[in-house]
Amino acid sequence: MSRISKTIAALQAQNKKVLIPYLVAGDPEKALTVRLMHALVKSGAHIIELGIPFSDPSSDGTVIQLGAERALRQGTTLRDVLAMVAEFRTTDQNTPVVLMGYLNPIEIMGYEAFAGAADAAGVDGVLVVDLPAYECEELFKAVRPRGIDTIFLIAPTTTAAREAAICQNTTGYLYYVSLKGVTGAAITDATAIRDKINHLRTVTDLPLVVGFGIKDANSAREMAAISDGVIVGSALVDSISHLQPGKTCSEQDLLATVAVIATISDAIKDMKN
Amino acid sequence: MSESPVVHAGSGLPAGQEDQFSGPDQHGHFGRYGGAFVGETLVAAVEELDRVYSKMALDPNFWAEFDKDLKHYVGRPSPLYLAERLTARYGGAQIVLKREDLNHTGAHKINNTIGQALLAKFMGKPRIIAETGAGQHGVASATVAARLGLECHVYMGADDIKRQSANVYRMKLLGANVIAVESGSRTLKDALNEALRDWATNVDNTYYIIGTAAGPHPYPRMVRDFQAVIGREARAQSLEQFGRLPDALVACVGGGSNAIGLFHPFLRDADVAMYGVEAGGDGLETGRHAAPLSAGRPGVLHGNRTYLMTDDAGQILDTHSVSAGLDYPGVGPEHSWLKDIHRVNYVAATDKEALAAFRDLTRLEGIIPALESSHAVAYACKMAADMSRDKFIVVNLSGRGDKDIHTVAGIDGITI
Repeated sequence: MSRISKTIAALQAQNKKVLIPYLVAGDPEKALTVRLMHALVKSGAHIIELGIPFSDPSSDGTVIQLGAERALRQGTTLRDVLAMVAEFRTTDQNTPVVLMGYLNPIEIMGYEAFAGAADAAGVDGVLVVDLPAYECEELFKAVRPRGIDTIFLIAPTTTAAREAAICQNTTGYLYYVSLKGVTGAAITDATAIRDKINHLRTVTDLPLVVGFGIKDANSAREMAAISDGVIVGSALVDSISHLQPGKTCSEQDLLATVAVIATISDAIKDMKN
Repeated sequence: MSESPVVHAGSGLPAGQEDQFSGPDQHGHFGRYGGAFVGETLVAAVEELDRVYSKMALDPNFWAEFDKDLKHYVGRPSPLYLAERLTARYGGAQIVLKREDLNHTGAHKINNTIGQALLAKFMGKPRIIAETGAGQHGVASATVAARLGLECHVYMGADDIKRQSANVYRMKLLGANVIAVESGSRTLKDALNEALRDWATNVDNTYYIIGTAAGPHPYPRMVRDFQAVIGREARAQSLEQFGRLPDALVACVGGGSNAIGLFHPFLRDADVAMYGVEAGGDGLETGRHAAPLSAGRPGVLHGNRTYLMTDDAGQILDTHSVSAGLDYPGVGPEHSWLKDIHRVNYVAATDKEALAAFRDLTRLEGIIPALESSHAVAYACKMAADMSRDKFIVVNLSGRGDKDIHTVAGIDGITI
């Protein structure tokens, strides 16, 4: 069983919801990322999605675009991101880390090289937003034998035929995109999401977590109530954007920066799965 | 025109007789290139478009309507014109221009927007979005939207808006909403990103008219099929006016839609050499250019696997070209495949060479070419000089240069 599956199974055994924050690696500077990851764990994160910054993030809204731009200005590369995971692993062997990003940096590094380095660094899963299920053979060949989970998105527009294919390709958890749009938009139709999640329960046994548009205690509670957990990205990245690169940051500063995660953790901690 | 096939799409070969040039495959692959690398929200939309287009492509009524619009609205066929004074200047092969600059709206872009607008209408989408670099595709999209009464939003890099202000105003006159894109490098690639974000957000009521033969499947195939009218006409006109096929074809390549449109109907004519001319900017050796086929490597961007300008970390590089329409770090996937199988030669012309060709053609032939097309003219002139006089080269004059006079005047130190 992978670290992701173990983590989620343990939470489900305690009837708890999964909380997954997303941050862009290298934002606002490389030296802060690992410290932010530890602060997130302290604030109640169960799994961390670490964004690989990309110059052309066409599925992301403005907040995460700007996060990627800040990270790239610091020269953050995929190799740097892997090094951050390795550093995080030296003191945290329990919290799963999922790399999330776009295909080109992985393609240019090479699938085998990427998978080998990701495995060595202690990466637990990959989510490539612009890699559709029928194009993923090369990536699978490289990461699957190493026990790295492959996580995919399901969107409100996903057809029934594709649902089945995506569920087959997915290990770890399924990421349900709450809305038509890009990251950071606002959820408008919770009922439709609930219906879709209930439908997906009939298709798969995978844990179903909801992302896009979860920004505070209320939206987190609303989405956690109908799913196995929530992913929080733009709200956290927006808060991280206020950190100044090059300025000394205390532990307290970092905890204050990721306060939104502690708030959401509090808000969903008594919810029954 | 002596040749007018009823169904124009794809390979032109009947089912069961397809050959290597009949691509793409059902997932949009040309060899290892192409595909549909989009976020999950858009997968259903590109699949629907593929289904609809695959059906329409076999429907003679669709192509009859397309041909009718091209004839009566666009003004096709465009002439094939022997540029005698330009030819004499270089003293070699005859230089023959395919006059796409004479189309309605002044470039080849309208061929594609006519076709895609018919699809949008058929699919019942009331809202059109488009990305644009030089503004030609934006104008062509705004034009068909005005004609069909569709809402139109055009994404354009903030830097491009500055250097193509005349086209921006044309789009506004046509009723389009022009949205300045301030992210990234503020050019064509960023406009494409923003259009993809809009499409994901408004996918139910929106049709995205991509302006070049790139992007996720089925766009590279579809745009090629719509632009292939250029090559079909040029082929028939060559036979009619010269009694034979040309020795070489030359077209500029940004995303590559005018080039694939000219080349595709000739791909099986093994004796016709083909040259795609990329934007060499300050020179390939300087790194300041927009020539992924000449100096890039394969990667994945904007929905397809293709040659890209990308660094060792997989980040997309800023491009440079005097022409906004070629200022793009990727290229249509069919070009990537045609490069690898050595059917087409991909070369580059620098800003300086393109500007010299711009002036030559203007002074010698009374034709002001687009700066994009000037790259093709520049390379054709260089080639012609080394070829004998009994040969002839067809150059795709993909657009007219009215939109570029401010840029050229600026280089001359003149403010208009």
